[in-house]
Amino acid sequence: MSWLTPEVIDVLIKIVQALFILVATVFVVANLIWLERRLLGLWQDRHGPNRIGPFGVGQTVADMMKLIFKEDWLPPFADKITFLLAPVIAMSALLMAMAIIPFTPNWGVADLNIGILFFLAMAGIGVYAVMFAGWSSNSKYSLLGGVRATAQTISYEVFMGIAVMGVVAVAGSFNMRDIVAAQKDVWFIVPQFFGFLVFSMAGVAVAHRAPFDLPEAESELASGYHTEYSGLKWGMFFVGEYAGVVMVSALLVTLYFGGWYGPGPEWLAFFWFSLKTLVFIVLFVLIRAALPRPRYDQVMDAGWKVCLPLSLINLLGTGAVILLRADLG
Amino acid sequence: MQIIFYIAAVVALLATVRVVSATNPVHALLNLIVSLLAVALIFFTLGAPFAGILEIIVYAGAIMVLFVFVVMMLNLGDATVAQERKWLQPKVWIGPAFLSLVLLIELGMMLPRDGVLHPAGHTLVDGKQVGMALFGPYLLVVELASMLLLAALVAAYHLGRQDEKE
Repeated sequence: MSWLTPEVIDVLIKIVQALFILVATVFVVANLIWLERRLLGLWQDRHGPNRIGPFGVGQTVADMMKLIFKEDWLPPFADKITFLLAPVIAMSALLMAMAIIPFTPNWGVADLNIGILFFLAMAGIGVYAVMFAGWSSNSKYSLLGGVRATAQTISYEVFMGIAVMGVVAVAGSFNMRDIVAAQKDVWFIVPQFFGFLVFSMAGVAVAHRAPFDLPEAESELASGYHTEYSGLKWGMFFVGEYAGVVMVSALLVTLYFGGWYGPGPEWLAFFWFSLKTLVFIVLFVLIRAALPRPRYDQVMDAGWKVCLPLSLINLLGTGAVILLRADLG
Repeated sequence: MQIIFYIAAVVALLATVRVVSATNPVHALLNLIVSLLAVALIFFTLGAPFAGILEIIVYAGAIMVLFVFVVMMLNLGDATVAQERKWLQPKVWIGPAFLSLVLLIELGMMLPRDGVLHPAGHTLVDGKQVGMALFGPYLLVVELASMLLLAALVAAYHLGRQDEKE
């Protein structure tokens, strides 16, 4: 076993770690199907899925079986390449972004020095999923949904990027591990409260979840950009949406809520991280259950007239405080 | 690292050729996005991750989105594809191919001069270095660019202004 040098073993461990994180993420994402519907049922005073297995946990498996055996219809009027490519981008872009999340001090896929920028890049690529889906379906509802999704996502990505820069300025690094390490004493929710407000709002909009789910508003657009999709391809959009929820929750925890830090011994790191992430995932569902969908122009107004000035002022203030501290200290 | 560079370079070249030769505008743009991603990968191999990721965020994630957005809104049908196919005759290629050949010969002469290639990938240029360069020696360029953006901002504000109701 001469090839089994320490470096090779190191690489193998890293690969296994990465695969484990991928499988675990997909598992969590898949089970959100059940969690969301149960929680919605709870808050809306009805049962939700409760037939399959204890508390209906088997619903995920049942839904997946249904999706796999559904007819996978390729509309003859669709543009084949882009029609097939769109769901792949939708699912992979945000799952790829999970690579930069540091789960514990030692666990995580990629320790990039450009860290958070990688997420912004993947969110930018993710826009193409809805665009190509909307365009290639060759249907009015899909196109309207695609246009809405594009305008909404690229607008909110701007505020998201500017809001994150406040955190980057305080931590002095794009690296996610450095950002978490900088929150050892005080979580960034305190000095970056306005950044957090903008980021969480933009996060919901970028993942196009309710109340910012205008691209797929079922009451007015059938289901928007994925109207023409069926079977597994539609399932990939579905998984992509939940991947967005998990991703944004994990990012909120990493950027503003101290990542793996929490009371107790160090081996509780993963517990604290996953608990905080779960809280945000549940919040996502609660927002969907509680808030009605605004009009489209209201969504854009809220973005450009509230979020943009707020994030810019936040960045300006953060920079001023940092310079002032540097002068004093 | 070298093998990654060559793979990315080949992908970029093939995708760019398809940008020109594709008859469907959205397919052409899709190829352009692939080409930009490949160029971003080349930046990574050269030791400039910040430039690479900015290439993805700014070009692939924002500018190309606007391109696709406009093409999507125009809803160009089969007529445009037929027209494009008519335009892409072999004789159209002669002029640009000749001009590119001149550039290629020039590049071929420039590269091995003195037998020393320009070193790249030995230093890591990350966000901090880029920021220090921008706000140090290149401050004037940054200020000029911000003036340009201000003009664009004023123009956009003017276009988006709603006249007060009487």
